[in-house]
Amino acid sequence: MTPDLPDGDRPRDEFPGGGRSSDELPEGGRPSDEVVVAVAEAHRRDWAQVLATTARVTRDLDRAEECTQDAYAQALVVWARDGVPARPGAWLTRVARNRALDEIRRQAAFRRRLPLLITEGDNPGDDRLRLIFTCCHPALSREAQVALTARLVCGLSTYEVARAFLVPESTMAARLTRAKKKIATARIPYRTPDPDEMGARLDSVLEVVHLLFTTGHTAPAGPALIRDDLTASAIHLARTLHRLMPRVAAVTALLALLLVTDARSAARVGPGGLVLLPDQDRSLWNHAQIAEGVALLTDALRREPPTRFAVEAAIAAVHAEAPSWERTDWAEIIGLYDVLLRLTAGSPVVALNRAVAVGFRDGPQAGLDALAPLTAEPALATYAYLAAARAGFLRRLGRRTEAAAAYDEALTLTDNEVERDFLHVRRRNL
Amino acid sequence: MPKYTLLIYGDSAQWEAMTDEQWRAHDAAHAEFRAAAGDRVLGGQQLEPSPTATTLRSTGTLDGPFLETKEALGGFYMIEATDLDEVLGLAKLLPEVRAAHSGVEIRPVIDHE
Repeated sequence: MTPDLPDGDRPRDEFPGGGRSSDELPEGGRPSDEVVVAVAEAHRRDWAQVLATTARVTRDLDRAEECTQDAYAQALVVWARDGVPARPGAWLTRVARNRALDEIRRQAAFRRRLPLLITEGDNPGDDRLRLIFTCCHPALSREAQVALTARLVCGLSTYEVARAFLVPESTMAARLTRAKKKIATARIPYRTPDPDEMGARLDSVLEVVHLLFTTGHTAPAGPALIRDDLTASAIHLARTLHRLMPRVAAVTALLALLLVTDARSAARVGPGGLVLLPDQDRSLWNHAQIAEGVALLTDALRREPPTRFAVEAAIAAVHAEAPSWERTDWAEIIGLYDVLLRLTAGSPVVALNRAVAVGFRDGPQAGLDALAPLTAEPALATYAYLAAARAGFLRRLGRRTEAAAAYDEALTLTDNEVERDFLHVRRRNL
Repeated sequence: MPKYTLLIYGDSAQWEAMTDEQWRAHDAAHAEFRAAAGDRVLGGQQLEPSPTATTLRSTGTLDGPFLETKEALGGFYMIEATDLDEVLGLAKLLPEVRAAHSGVEIRPVIDHE
């Protein structure tokens, strides 16, 4: 799979991470598939590192982004002519950095434009962490944090980021420009936080990675249930964080959650559309990935008291390790949701999931009763899963008219076409 | 060295309702801020409550502040710092950050030199 390859519905990007079309490429004809795959692979693996290192030379995120894009464009041509280098990441970093140095020599006043504050350290891993923490700085809105991280750290094109978050490309471009300008003018430093503020700063990074993943896991709109490019980017980013901070339990737990959740992806959509957990073919799950996630979770829980993501990973693991739907340990799952409710100060979404689990343990009437108090919750008023869950329990109780109304309500609340098809079918078959 | 202004906003009524003892604690916290910031503080003043303000616009002279809001500008500092994190570290010492009705807005100052 090469999710970064041009996919036909991308109007502007002819190569991964690009913002330029292929007719701006230097002479040399079209690169072979092998080269395109190598560049796409290097894009997914090395983009953040190349950009983060280049930013230390340019001291300017905009310019670093341009130089990095140019390096990938050159790779398509040069690798086609000379072969793929042994260490593509090092090649790309050298080209991007040289390009940046050329620019600096050409424009002496250039540094005054949008200065980026570089502080201490020389380790390439530190560069990437610096980039991530800068993008997720609390002086930036969550929206800006997510957009910057997707664009600068994950290397998604502005068009892709815009599509993922359901805004026009021009809106996303403006959002990114505004955020980069704030980093430069308010002088948000390009460095990892001090130990005394690390906890809070890391929480915001983990939230952003999680948000990128969930946006890809069930796309808010569009023809596909899952946006592979986003889930793969989020997992790659979580892996990078884990490699750079192996002893931080909160990071380990987030990686575990993403791996175990993502492991079920292949079974979530079948020939007939959306397949819910009870009906999924468990042999399609990626069991190696589940085992990796569970091992990471075990390690995280041994180190520190569970964080929100650790408990969510534990819930995902109970499902992933159940031999069948019927043999799911609902008591364990409900107990974990109780812990999660405490950790999230009674989050209505967690309360909803707990109520659904109660319904699976004690039957549809118990589920409906557990959901009842949540229907007045304003935070869930536009949340399709509440209506869908009520519809499911009403259907199992044979209360067809009420179930139909609940399905109709859920249909008004989701724009994902795979989910809509599923709800339509369920409604029709009442 | 880059400059920032710290604009202190809050509800005048709540400031006016503070007891002498509360003001002493408040002033002590400002002294702590000034001590921590040292010569990075370039200036700063506490302002009289917003009802004493006069505003000039193209339409004439008006009684009151430019923005009629419950939370008004109550004071400011001008400081020097290398980056936003340094400013955030210092600004957290201000008592207005801890009170529920008030807060501190940090604005970078344009360098015309």
